[in-house]
This record gives sequence, structure tokens and C-alpha cells, in this order.
Amino acid sequence: MAYSDKVIDHYNNPRNVGTLDKAKNNVGTGLVGAPECGDVMRLQIEVDENQIITDAKFKTFGCGSAIASSSLATEWLKGKSVDEALSIDNMDIVEELALPPVKIHCSVLAEDAIKSAINDYRVKNGLPALEMPKSHH
Amino acid sequence: MLTFPIYLDNNATTPLDPRVLEAMMPYFTGKFGNAASRNHAFGWHAEEAVDYAREQIASLINCSPKEIIFTSGATESDNLAIKGVFEMYASKGNHIITTTTEHKAVLDTCKHIEKIGGKVTYLPVNAEGLIDLQQLEEAITDKTILISIMYGNNEVGVIQPIREISRIAKKRGVLFFTDATQAVGKIPVDVEADGIDLMAFSGHKMYGPKGVGALYVRRKNPRVKVTAQMDGGGHERGMRSGTLNVPGIVGLGKACEIAQQDMEKDTARLSAMRDRLEKELLTIEESYVNGSREHRLPHVTNISFKYVEGEGLMMGVKDIAVSSGSACTSASLEPSYVLKALGLSDDLAHSSLRFGLSRFTTEEEIDFAINHVKEAVAKLREMSPLWEMFKEGIDLNSIEWAEH
Repeated sequence: MAYSDKVIDHYNNPRNVGTLDKAKNNVGTGLVGAPECGDVMRLQIEVDENQIITDAKFKTFGCGSAIASSSLATEWLKGKSVDEALSIDNMDIVEELALPPVKIHCSVLAEDAIKSAINDYRVKNGLPALEMPKSHH
Repeated sequence: MLTFPIYLDNNATTPLDPRVLEAMMPYFTGKFGNAASRNHAFGWHAEEAVDYAREQIASLINCSPKEIIFTSGATESDNLAIKGVFEMYASKGNHIITTTTEHKAVLDTCKHIEKIGGKVTYLPVNAEGLIDLQQLEEAITDKTILISIMYGNNEVGVIQPIREISRIAKKRGVLFFTDATQAVGKIPVDVEADGIDLMAFSGHKMYGPKGVGALYVRRKNPRVKVTAQMDGGGHERGMRSGTLNVPGIVGLGKACEIAQQDMEKDTARLSAMRDRLEKELLTIEESYVNGSREHRLPHVTNISFKYVEGEGLMMGVKDIAVSSGSACTSASLEPSYVLKALGLSDDLAHSSLRFGLSRFTTEEEIDFAINHVKEAVAKLREMSPLWEMFKEGIDLNSIEWAEH
């Protein structure tokens, strides 16, 4: 498997690895994937009173592309509003990381993780959960 | 001085020993004759070289030189043995017994046998990777013509109880074939003492060249015959037609001679290095050796690192060339069928690494590999949500994982 330079860079220097306090009301946590499928992503966002994502952290069990997809997602999330974050599309990740077709599912998983974290945040704050159209792959 | 990546995948193939290359060289150019040419010196020299190689090989495995059939490699030898016996002994029966952890060259050949009307029993193995002898005995019917069980496994290195198997085969009048590709040249293999009727092996797993292998076919007690699978000039006592690969055969012969001469020394050195590598890697939390550690080839270890994903791990250990139990060439991950047969869960099978040492492996390379793997596992676990959950005492089976 030949990885792009960007995937290798994220793998070697992952951004924002870590854990936020999932008990806090302004932290949303998304946990997607399954161990037997070979990838599990946990993505967390911390949101301020203006609905701006001030921090994002991830931990991923998976291949280099899965690690890079979630690392990139955390980079993109920081500074965005929650609504803006919803517009991140998996194909943006595919393009940015030059993922080959067999690794597109990694980007889908990252998008799922973003939406799942946002949903967790919304539900915690009394908002209805959003539909997750791409979660089946 | 280390050069990267460090090669620790010697179960896949070994480098050619320079002494083997030296022996082969004249047979590409000056002594290029066809061993079947009876009318001139070119042919005689080639035949002489082939006969000498036969003796070198026969000496290593304790058989008669006449019992060696040269082939293109172990895959061909496996095919010739199984299909050849199936055809030759069709009047006697149509049942073959093998195991679930055989190499694909045996398993796929057995599937072919099933397609053409044969019956195949696939014996399971226990967590150690070993077959149950009682199950073997119970599987034999009056239609059984062949037991095909590998000597040493390519993925985990487990050595089957060959002598006990051959005793059962002999008692019940069934032929015993063993794919000994990983064993010949590495551990003492003696077709007489081991009671083997047919045996496949290959040059490139024992520091010889690729593209050459052999099938041992017993000539006495009992006299075994296989039906040729290729038509042609009737070479190799009519069992394998095709002009002999003289340089390759010379290389295989030389590789066998060196193996015989250096085996004791190599084994002592390799098993000490392997044990050190294994001991050090087992200091990593939640790491497990796959397969029997008692009945095992001296140069192999297969270790799973829990909570680390296989492909990510392979990327993390890029400075060493090893094999993974995960064949993830596509989006659908396929864990090793051998590790699955040992009862490993998918995630443990995915996160395994196979280390295969060679006579050219150095202590310095092992030192590097130990640190490299330790660092990669630590780094990936730092990034792994599963590791964090494990550390927090969360049972991963209690989590309802998102549909995927």
C-alpha cells in the first residue's frame, strides 16, 4: 500500500491526539467503527458559548489512512462553528489526503465521527439529534 | 552497520547464500548443457551436476538420490504429490486427510480434488496449532489414500507430530505426504526415521534459488508412484517432464549441503536470537505468542499486540520487513486463516507480526527490531481509543459498536 505524503505526515505527526472530559456538557464525543472491522475512531469537540469549536481531539485504532483522516478532521474542526463543521464532507478528506479508493471508508468514518460528536453535543444541550446519512458502509 | 529495511521475513523467502550462487554460476554459461543430452560432453557435465545435487539433497534428508524428483518449487511439488497420488491410487480410494492450517498450495489443491470427485477431511488444530492424533486416526476410512500434513507451519512455525502421524498412516496402510518447505534445511528431517512417503520442499526457503524445488517419492516399503501432471519427455522417472533447471538444481544441492554442515550451529544461534527477540517483545503489555512455543521451528516467532491495528502497525514498523497476520489489500480486512484456525479473534489475528530469522540475521538487527516494534506499539496505543478503554477497565465486548 503506497500512502501519500500527507497521510504519512499525519501518521508520523498526528495532530490533536488525546482525550477531552466527556462528562462536560460542552464536550461532544463520537465513537464510530468496530474493532473487528479494523477501525475505531473516537473524535471529541469542545464548544464555547458562541457555538465555536475551540478544541478537538481524537484517538484512532486503524490503518494509516484512518489515523490521518481523523487527525485532519480535528485540524479542520478547530475554529469552526458547529454548523460549519457539519458541512465537512468525506470527499474533502479524500481529496486532501489523496486516499485511494480502498481507503475511502476511512474518510467516511471520519465524517461519521464528526457528526456523531456534534450529535452528542446537541443531545447534551437539549437539541434534537441529526440524521447520519453516510453511516452505513 | 545496519541497512534498512531490515529483512525479517525469511519464511517468505531467504536470500541466496553466496556459496550457493558461486556453485551455480558455471551452469548458466560454460556448462549450459541439457542434462538429458546423452550424446555429448555438454549433456554429460549437466547430468553429472544434477546427479551430484541429488546426492547432496538425499544426504540431507536421508533418502536415496533416486527418490528425488526435481520440480519448480514447493507449490508444484504439493500439486504433484496430492493430484498424482489421487490419480495413481484411484482404484484404492478417493479420500484425503489434511489440516486447516496447511499452505494454500495444499489447501487449494485439496479443493481441486473435491471438485473432481474426491473427498477431503480438514482436521482442526488446537490453540497451539497442533492436530489431535486421535482425530486423525478416527478420520481414516477404507477409502483413505493419503494423509497430507505439513511439517512446520509457515506462519507460526509449529511442528506437527510427524513420527506419530506416520506411524498411524503406516498402521492403516495410508500414504503420508508432508509439505516440509519450512522445515528442510532448518531442522533435522529424516524421511526414514520420520516415516515419510512423499515430501515437498523448495530451494528459496533455505538460502537456495527460487524456481527450484523437489518432491521426495519413496521407492521402497512401500514403493510409491505418482501420476505425472505434465506430459512431455518423461524426465524424472516419468513423474515430471521438462528440461531440468540445472543451475537451480545445483543451487538446491549446494544449499542442502551447507544446511547439513551448518545446521547445528545455525539452529543454536537462531533460536537464541529468536528467544531474545520474543522475550523482549513479550515485555510489551498484552502481547501474545501465537502457536506452540515448544514444538516450533527455531527461527520463527509470531506475536500479536492487542489493541493495535495490523495495517497501522505495519506502517509503524516500516524499517523492518516482516509479515502481518492481516491481509488488508482491500477495504475488507481478511485476518490470517492460520491464526483463525488457532482460535484467535479477528482483532488479535489482525494485530500479529511474523518474524522469520535467517543465518544472515545479526544481533544488532534484532536489537533494532526490538526497539522499533516497542516504539511503534507504544505510539499506536497512545493513539488507540481501545487501549485507553482497556486501561480504564472497560470491557470492549460490552460496547455496542456502531454498525459498520
